[in-house]
Amino acid sequence: MSNGILVFIEHRQGAINKVSFEAVAAAQQLGAGTGQEVTAVVLGADAALANEVTGFKLAGVVSAENPKLADYTPDAYADAFEQVVRARDPQYVIFPHTYLVRDFAPKLAARFGKGLVSDCIRMKAEGGSVVFTRRLFQGKMDADVVAKGDGAVFATFQSGAYRGDQAERGEGGTAESLQVEVGDVRMQPEAPFQEVKQAVDLSKTDVIVAVGRGIKSQENIALAQKLAELLGGDIAASRPICDAGWLPIDRQIGSSGQTVAPKLYIALGISGAIQHLVGMKNAGTIVAVNKDPEAPIFDIADYGIVGDLFEVVPTLTEEIQKLKG
Amino acid sequence: MKIVVLMKQVPNKDAVLRVRGDGKWVEEGDLSFEVNESDGYALEEALRLKEKKGGEVVVVTLGPQRAKSVIKDALARGADRAIHVVADDFGQAGAFAVAKVLAEAVRDEQPDLVLAGLQSDDQGFGQTGVIAAELLGLPHATIVIDVDYSGEQLRVKRELESGWYQWYTMRTPALLTIQSGISQIRYATLKGIMAAKKKEIREVQPAIAAGDGEFQTVERVYLPLKQKQTQFLGDGDAKKGAAQLAEKLRNEARII
Ligand SMILES: Cc1cc2nc3c(=O)[nH]c(=O)nc-3n(C[C@H](O)[C@H](O)[C@H](O)COP(=O)(O)OP(=O)(O)OC[C@H]3O[C@@H](n4cnc5c(N)ncnc54)[C@H](O)[C@@H]3O)c2cc1C
Ligand SMILES: Nc1ncnc2c1ncn2[C@@H]1O[C@H](COP(=O)(O)O)[C@@H](O)[C@H]1O
Repeated sequence: MSNGILVFIEHRQGAINKVSFEAVAAAQQLGAGTGQEVTAVVLGADAALANEVTGFKLAGVVSAENPKLADYTPDAYADAFEQVVRARDPQYVIFPHTYLVRDFAPKLAARFGKGLVSDCIRMKAEGGSVVFTRRLFQGKMDADVVAKGDGAVFATFQSGAYRGDQAERGEGGTAESLQVEVGDVRMQPEAPFQEVKQAVDLSKTDVIVAVGRGIKSQENIALAQKLAELLGGDIAASRPICDAGWLPIDRQIGSSGQTVAPKLYIALGISGAIQHLVGMKNAGTIVAVNKDPEAPIFDIADYGIVGDLFEVVPTLTEEIQKLKG
Repeated sequence: MKIVVLMKQVPNKDAVLRVRGDGKWVEEGDLSFEVNESDGYALEEALRLKEKKGGEVVVVTLGPQRAKSVIKDALARGADRAIHVVADDFGQAGAFAVAKVLAEAVRDEQPDLVLAGLQSDDQGFGQTGVIAAELLGLPHATIVIDVDYSGEQLRVKRELESGWYQWYTMRTPALLTIQSGISQIRYATLKGIMAAKKKEIREVQPAIAAGDGEFQTVERVYLPLKQKQTQFLGDGDAKKGAAQLAEKLRNEARII
């Protein structure tokens, strides 16, 4: 019967992606709850990088090797990881929910006739039974999910679900390198790059007023702009606003935009999807204005106003003007 | 060139969700529905590729009869025909089952390209396209934000995290999952809406039954537990809330 836990360690350009340690923490907790051992898996890493992983409390580290793993491709990664899973026959395979994992892990799981229990935010592992919790409807609902059937369960954890510094240190156990075969690789990557230097660097401003789809039209952004100026701050936005071309992409906050931590972040008509939250949750004071009392943005807000932003913003602007004298 | 676009119908983004009586899903009776956001962009990209290279755009949707509205809108915007896999009971199915049904519906079409959205706004698996690619034996690229198919070769720009990108050259046929914002979406014209009435919508049955080989079950759906103590201001009175907020920003947060 399948037994043991594998945890995937992601690396890019010679460095381990830190969210991998969050996955290690999740895997260790799962191990404690189910009485199973945790083994880390690295693909195409050099010895030094694989060694970094042995500092954690693990049963072992498997390093899969093949020259075709040097540059990440989903074809090569799926082939390599499939052989690790077949060799080990684990009950659980844990990943951080990164863009790279999203790219290859569903393909891997499909080879075992499964999908992933993806983007989990919590897990309860007690007495051998495991309940995963994932978000539905862009953060508006939680769902408890139970995996059934034979073979490995593949699960990914959202960034921030576990804390990397809570991954237990210890003896990493045996390091094993596994020569794997990689078949036809049907895509050819070029070097990663950033777009030409961004015109605005929002990481340096103290106040950000951010607008979401609730702003309704490009013209309405002026309302938020005025508030931002009054507070000596900058205007920013959620993705759909930049997608629509209402504001340039360098004003986008979130996982595929900028990450900011201003003293004050005012979110106007933003629902609070995780991909937005990761870009601003470390702001000092967070204000949310939203007409939906259940909007997930309120979960991280210090101050919330449930209401129509077109009523709130003009009054707020006026009141601040008064206070400023 | 034949391009298949996988399009899903999802609850309206502004929908107020209520948990269903059995606690296992949301109440669907009082919802309105729309096309999944990134799928709209996938269709737009397909239409643009067709305009440049010629060929045909085929929309494939799995869902109940109400999902026809997504299909009709896609046909009005310029898709040539559609396959509707009609099923009432796949709404809560896992990504593997959905991908399996879609892959079987697509297989005989032998498309040159399959475009999907990168993630559904309701289930949010972020997997269906990739699994379908594996089942169809196609190479894939995810989170695609630009497609360059001007020459013989297909080059795609993938979004990586925090503002990084990467181009990949892909062998074809291939499957791409499209990120929102890849281009500006066109509206259906009146002419398009009229023309759509004559376009073919073929109804087919799903290749497997819902629940077949399902390995994950939803035990319970509930509103997320709040972690932070939010001070709610104004008690439903927006203007009062705004005035209180200005005070708080000065006296508590000390920002003004
Ligand atoms: C891989 C990936 C990467 C992504 N990267 C990013 C990213 O970097 N940044 C990002 O922001 N998103 C990103 N997204 C998209 C993200 O998942 C959400 O779709 C997006 O953040 C939603 O934007 P929104 O809150 O503006 O819109 P919606 O979710 O549509 O929310 C609009 C809100 O406005 C409220 N509202 C409407 N009218 C009013 C009114 N009159 N007054 C007050 N409130 C009102 C509504 O109640 C609702 O809560 C990404 C998604 C994926 C899958
Ligand atoms: N029922 C469906 N019908 C058609 N396409 C779908 C369906 N479910 C998922 N998809 C496609 O798969 C993508 C990813 O969905 P998901 O894996 O649920 O996040 C969507 O953006 C669609 O393109």
